[in-house]
Order: sequence, then C-alpha cells, then structure tokens
Amino acid sequence: MSQNINSKELHMKASNKPVVKRRFGNILVFILLFAAALFMILPIYLTVIMSIKPVQEIFVFPPKLYVLEPTLSNYTNMFRICSDESVPFSRYVFNSIYVTAVITIIQVIFSSMIAFCLAKVKFPGAKFINSIIVISLLYQSNVIYIMQYIVLAKMGIVNSMAALILPSAASPICVFLMRQSISQMPDSIIEAAKVDGAGLFRICWQVVMPNQKPALMTLVIFAFQSAWNIQGGSVIFDESLKTLPTVVQQAASAGLSRAGVAMAAAVFMLVPPAVIFIIAQRHVIETMAYSGIKE
Amino acid sequence: MGSVSGKSGEMFISIKKNRSAYLMILPFMLFFTLFTIVPVLMSLPIGFTDFNMVEFPEFVGLSNYASLFLSDKIFLQSIRVTLVSAIFTGPVSYVLCFLLAWFINQMRPKFRTIFTLIFYIPSLSSVYTVWKIIFSGDAHGYINSFLLDTGLITSPVQWLTNGDHVLFVTIVVQMYLSLGTGFLALCAGFQNIDRSWYEAGAIEGIKNRWQELIYITIPAMSPQLMFAAVMQIVSAFASGEVSQNLLGFPSTDYKAHTIMNHAFDYGWVRYEMGYASAICMILFIIMYFVNRLASKFFSKYSD
Repeated sequence: MSQNINSKELHMKASNKPVVKRRFGNILVFILLFAAALFMILPIYLTVIMSIKPVQEIFVFPPKLYVLEPTLSNYTNMFRICSDESVPFSRYVFNSIYVTAVITIIQVIFSSMIAFCLAKVKFPGAKFINSIIVISLLYQSNVIYIMQYIVLAKMGIVNSMAALILPSAASPICVFLMRQSISQMPDSIIEAAKVDGAGLFRICWQVVMPNQKPALMTLVIFAFQSAWNIQGGSVIFDESLKTLPTVVQQAASAGLSRAGVAMAAAVFMLVPPAVIFIIAQRHVIETMAYSGIKE
Repeated sequence: MGSVSGKSGEMFISIKKNRSAYLMILPFMLFFTLFTIVPVLMSLPIGFTDFNMVEFPEFVGLSNYASLFLSDKIFLQSIRVTLVSAIFTGPVSYVLCFLLAWFINQMRPKFRTIFTLIFYIPSLSSVYTVWKIIFSGDAHGYINSFLLDTGLITSPVQWLTNGDHVLFVTIVVQMYLSLGTGFLALCAGFQNIDRSWYEAGAIEGIKNRWQELIYITIPAMSPQLMFAAVMQIVSAFASGEVSQNLLGFPSTDYKAHTIMNHAFDYGWVRYEMGYASAICMILFIIMYFVNRLASKFFSKYSD
C-alpha cells in the first residue's frame, strides 16, 4: 500500500491539474460507487430481513424494509424440514464440508501446476491444450451431464462421494485464470531459478506460487464456491450421502408459501462462502501491502 | 500438435526433455479427459440423431438442424432474445466490472475488502425467491409498492408475466448475478500490476488517471481482461437459468426465451435429446465466433 501512495504522490506531482479538482472527482466516484453498492446489497439485505420475518410480516402491505418482530422460526423450520428420519442434519453438513474441502484442495493444486506449465514451459502440445481448455468453457450442453453419468456408471462409482468429487477435480476456469495470471510474470525469474538448478516442480511451488497470491486466493474462492453449491441429485441416491444444496433446495422449493424458509436457506448457504471470501481477500490485501515487489 | 514444426525426431527429444512438465499436467489432464473431453466427444454426434434417452440414438443426418432453421419459429425468436440479452449483459456488465474493480483498487485496504465483498456477494447467492417478491405483480412487490407510493404508476405492473417487461426484468437480474467471476479476476489482476510501472509512467510524463489507465493498466491487465471477457461471453450467451427460475417456464409468449431455455425445453421437458443437442451446438458456434472476435481484440494489447 505504501508503494501505491507513493505512485499516487508521484503522479500528482507530475499532474498539472489543481488538487481540488481531483478531490472533487474522488468524491463523485465515491458517491457513484456507494449508490451502486446500495443496489447490489439491497436484495441480499431483503433476503436476510425476510429470513427473520414471521410469516404474517412477509406478505404485509405495504412491504416493509425492516422487521417488527424478528424470529428464528424460519431457520428452525428449515432444519426440521431438512432432517430426514434416519439422517440427522449434521450428516449433510459433514458431507458438504468434506466434499467442498477435498474439491477445493484438489482443484487449486491441479490447476496451479498445469497453469504454470502452460504459461511458462513451452512443451509440445501446450498450445493445443490451451485452446481445448478455453473451448471447453464455451461448450455448454445439457447432453454432457448424461454422458458424464455414463462415464461414472462405467467406472462403477455412481452413488458414492467419488461421484461428487472426481468430476469436479479438473476445473478449466481455474486453469484459465491461473494461466493468464502467471503469464504476466517475467521469464527472467524462472530462468534464474533454472540456472540455480531447481526443477519445474520446485519452481512452480517455491518461486511462482508465492508471487501469485491474488490469483491463488481467487482460485480458492471460485473452487470453494462451486464445490459448496454442487447439486449431486442425479448421481447420489442414498440419503446419508447427500449434501446441503440438494436438501436445502428441497426444503425451499415449495413456492412462495415457504418464502421465509427459502430465505433462511439462502442465508444459511451464503455464510460459509462469504467467510472464506473475507479470509482470502484480507490475506491477499495484507500480503500485497507488505510485499508488492515482483522483480 | 501446432506448436512444433520439424521432424518427428526433434519432437521426440523435446517431449523427453519436458518429462517433468508432462508429469505436472497429468493429474489435471486425467480428470479433464475423463469428465470433460470424453463426455463432450460422446455428445457431439447426438445432434445428428433422434435420441429419446430410452432407445438407442437413431441417425437422422442433418434433419435436426434443418427443422431448427426452417420450421422452428420459437428457435429463431430465442436467437433474437439471446442476442438482445447478451448485448446488455455482456459488454455493459463487462465495462461495469472493470470500472468497479478499478475504483475499488484505489481505495484503502479496509474499504477495499468491504466493497469487494459487497459487489461479489450477489454471485455467491442465487436465490430467486427474493427477486420474485421484489418484482411481484401485485401491490405487495417492492418495486410496485415503491412506484405506487411515488405516483409514477397508478396500478401494479405485471413485471413477471407481462410480455413487454419480462425480458427487461431478466436482463436486470442477470446483470446483477453475473458481475462476480470477471469482477473478482480483475480485482486480482489490479493487485498483480507491478507498482514500479506506475512510477516509471509518471516519470515518462503520464499526466492523469485516464492516461495511466490506458497506457499502463489496461495493457498490463490484458490476460485478466481476456479471462473476464470469456467468462462474460459464457454467462451472457448461455443464460437461461434466470428466466426459468424467475418467470416460470416457458416465459409469457416466449418473450424471454433464450437458446438455453429452448435446449432445456427439448432436452428435459420433451426428451428429444438429439434436437436439444443440435440447439446447443449452434449456441456453441455463436459463442466460439464471439470469443474469436474478443481474443483478436485483446491480442492487440498483449504482444
């Protein structure tokens, strides 16, 4: 951050404009940003507010932006509806955390390694793999899910945790993002490490990745978020193997009559990724504040 | 493989030299092949068949594609709807992503975390119930209630069922939800820029923030800009979830019926997978060319 201020001071010196005008511009930008933030946060705010509204308040006229008698009944209702006779709610929580943690770790490690090779090691086939990864992002087809199911069935892992985890092990989005980010690094750092006798694996994890904290943390956020929201409905049949999104979705999907429960479910599902997001962001900003130098 | 020209002997040596690189890409490539490449390759021929998911697919040649363009009026309308919605949710949302990330990057760290969270949090939650209540067609809806209060309208507007409004509502919600991925990548991109470049720029005579943006920031960020562009193209063209969840299916007079909705209709409602597959193939071709256009545009910056 200190460097950021530095550069600002520098170009203020270089600028001929009076400082007052710049300050006015700053205030204008801040007001616009604030208005946009308000628009973005309003639906989330309404979701939270409605999740603690009792039923009679949700459909009151005129609709209110605040709650008169806050209640947790929507949350208790959600837990009650979600709990199966044989499977306690905590089982779904455990399943979700397990699947999400494994997928996030695998995705980040796998995609970092291939992204480094694609960006900085010009091996035969790199360009071809690159274009396949981008093309796979563009090919959206509902037939793929059927084919994926066939592959899972051939492997004999339908209705197991592996059926949830393995198809998500390779994320082209993460590779694409990481590759783009690593390609900005100067080649000289990698060449220097090579001269020192470091192998590719060590260069990747000890030289490149410590410099890629912002991208790595973004990767963690993306991976966590997509894993947390995996709907395993079509590959998991045992109640004891189901994850939160599937059961929570079932509880919330009864139309507007269960609006309160749906809101509670949404807030409940929102909290873990939001916490991960805040931790990752703070980590990025702090590390960049103290070691923003790259060469 | 395109990158290597020359004799196969040279190629063999080069492959041998890059052993460790192949080992490092192996874990990803293994799962990528199993769960993406193989399913995609298996799905490609389905568009040329009649496939109801029960019987074995029957080859019908180009007849799916012929009927798409010659007799399926709703498909042609869905192309129009997709293009209109993509123009708004694509470029507009993309520029917005960039400007937001740029502004936020100039804030103090504490504010930066808060604002990044505020702009990213919508993509963490995809709850449509709240939007249904906001745009509800009776006076209980937040928008209607607000507009009635201020006297802008005298009777409630049927936001979710009136054919004149459904596309507009879908576009607003789609833009709200699709800000996330590109925005976050751009935020990370801003933090990746070497600070010394700005200092060098100031010495070279860069006068104001706009010049700094055009001559230093944008060229330095072209990889992230390209990433955000691809993500935006995908979310803009493959949209459909929003209208399905918000307006019900199908939307009034197919006014917000995107190509993806059409594929859903034939795939999961009528179980005509061959036809649905052909629809997806056309969407892919459209996205492929838009993507080519975008990468041409960005390759000007990255040399």
